[in-house]
Amino acid sequence: MTDRILVRREPNPLRTLYNILNYGGLAALVLWSSSGIEYLGIMQTARGTVEALLKGFVLPDTAYLANWTKDGLPYAIVETIAISIAGTFASALLSIPVALLASQNIVGPRVSKLGKVIVTAVRTFPELILALIFISVVGPGAPAGILAIGIHSVGMLAKLFSEAIESMDMGVKEALDSCGATPMEVLFRAMLPEVAPEFISYTLYRFEINVRAASTLGLVGAGGIGAPLIFAIRNRAWPRVGIIMIVMVVVVTVIDLVSGRLRKKLV
Amino acid sequence: MSGPAERIVVPKPNHLRRNLIILGVTALIVGSAWFAGFDLGRILLNLRKGGRLLGRMFLRPDWAYTPRIVDPLLETVKMSVVGTFWGAILAFPTAVFAANNFIKNPWIAQPLRVILNVTRSIPAMVMASVFVAVFGIGAFSGVVALVIFTFGLISKLTFESIEAIDPGQVEALQAVGANKPNVLRYAIVPQILPQFLSYTLYGFEINVRAAAVLGYVGAGGIGQIFEQNLAWRNFDRVGLIIIISFFVVLVIDLASSAMRRKLV
Repeated sequence: MTDRILVRREPNPLRTLYNILNYGGLAALVLWSSSGIEYLGIMQTARGTVEALLKGFVLPDTAYLANWTKDGLPYAIVETIAISIAGTFASALLSIPVALLASQNIVGPRVSKLGKVIVTAVRTFPELILALIFISVVGPGAPAGILAIGIHSVGMLAKLFSEAIESMDMGVKEALDSCGATPMEVLFRAMLPEVAPEFISYTLYRFEINVRAASTLGLVGAGGIGAPLIFAIRNRAWPRVGIIMIVMVVVVTVIDLVSGRLRKKLV
Repeated sequence: MSGPAERIVVPKPNHLRRNLIILGVTALIVGSAWFAGFDLGRILLNLRKGGRLLGRMFLRPDWAYTPRIVDPLLETVKMSVVGTFWGAILAFPTAVFAANNFIKNPWIAQPLRVILNVTRSIPAMVMASVFVAVFGIGAFSGVVALVIFTFGLISKLTFESIEAIDPGQVEALQAVGANKPNVLRYAIVPQILPQFLSYTLYGFEINVRAAAVLGYVGAGGIGQIFEQNLAWRNFDRVGLIIIISFFVVLVIDLASSAMRRKLV
C-alpha cells in the first residue's frame, strides 16, 4: 500500500494558451468598454444632490401618500397594478395560440422553428419602445402601457408555455384522438387541463415582472407611478422621490411574496 | 374486488370554490381594465393611424443615417460590458456572505438579502433617472444603474446556487482540516463557477436590452438619439434606430445564450 495519493497534474501548454486567450480577451473587452465612458464628467453638485436625496428618503413626503385624490400616490399605485394585471392577462391570452405555433409536438418541427423565431423577436423588442409606439397611436396614458406589456410579455410567456406543451404527457391527447374527438375538444379536454397549472404559474411569474415594468413605463408617459416619479426627479422634489421609491419597493416586495406563495401551491 | 354488489361512488366534484376563484379573478381583470381606461373600441378606431405611423417608421427607414448611430450603439454595448463586469465582481463576495451554508451568521446574511431584494425591486430605468439627476446626463449614470441592477440579480441567483451545492465536498475538506478560504476555493468555487458565469452572461443579455433604452432618460447609449429623433418626429430615423438596435441585441442575445447552454 504505497500508492501515492498526490498526483501532480502535468501542465498542458494548449490549456495554458487557451486560458491566456480567454482571460486576455475578457480583459481587453472590459478595457475597451471602459475607454468610452467618461468618468470625470460627474456633476460638481453631485455631493449636494446625494445629501438632498438621502434626506428625502429619511423624511419622505407622507402627505403625498395620504392624498386620496387622482393626483395622489394611492391612485398611481392602483393604476400601476391595474396596468400590470390587465396587460398580463392580455399577454397570457395572446400567448396560447403563439405557444401552440411554437410547439414541436403540435405543429411539427418546421413550423415550430418559425414560431420560436417569432417569440424570440418579440422578446428582444423593448417594452419601452412598444409603449412609445402605442402612445403615438392611442395617446399617452394607461391603455398604451397595457398594450405594451400585453405584447412584450408574449415573448417570454409563449416560450414558457410552449416548453410546457412540449413536455406534457401526450397519452391523454392520443386517448381522446382515438375516441374521435375534434381538435377543439382535444385542446380543451386534454391539453389545457394538463398544462393549466404551469400556465397559471408562469403567468403569475410574469405578473411579478410586469409590476416592475409598469412602474417604468410611466417614465415615458404610459401611465402608472413612473410619471409622478419622473416629474419629482426633474423638479428635484427629493422627499416625493423618496416616498414614491419606498412605496414602490414595498409594493413590489409584497406582490412578489404573495405571488410566490401562490406559485408554490400550484406546481 | 369484493362482492359484485359493491358500487363505486364517485363523489361529485365541488365546483363552488373553483367557480368563486374564477369569478374573483375575472372581476379583478375586468376591474383593472376599467380602472386603467382600457377601451378596445377606441384602440381599434386608432388602428389606421397606428398603421400609418408604423409604415413611416419601417417601410422607408432612413438608411443614410446609419453611420451616425454606430457610435451610440457601441456606447450601449460598452455600457453593458462595464456594468455587467463590475456588477458581477461585486456580486461574487456578496453571494458568498449571503448564502447560509458558508458563513452561517444570520446577522451578516439577512441584511445582505434585504439589500439585494431592494436593489432588485427598483427597475434599472428608475435608478438611471435618479442617477442622471445626481451625476448628470451621460453614460456614467447608466453604468452605475446597470452595476447596481446586475449586482442584485447575480448575487441573488449565485447565493441560491451556493446553497444548493453538494455539501459532501465541503465536509470532506473540513474533515481533513481545511480552513474557510480553502473550503471556498476547493469546494464551493469549482461547483458554482459555471453557474456564476452563466448568470453573468444572462445579466449581460438583460443589460444590453436595458442599456438600449436607458438613454431615453438621458443615461447614455442609443436611447439618447432615439429620444431626440422621436421628439423631432423623424420617424424614418426612429425606424432605422429600432431596426438596427433590434438586430444588434438579437445577435448578442443568441450568441450569449449559445454560450450559456455550453456552460451549464
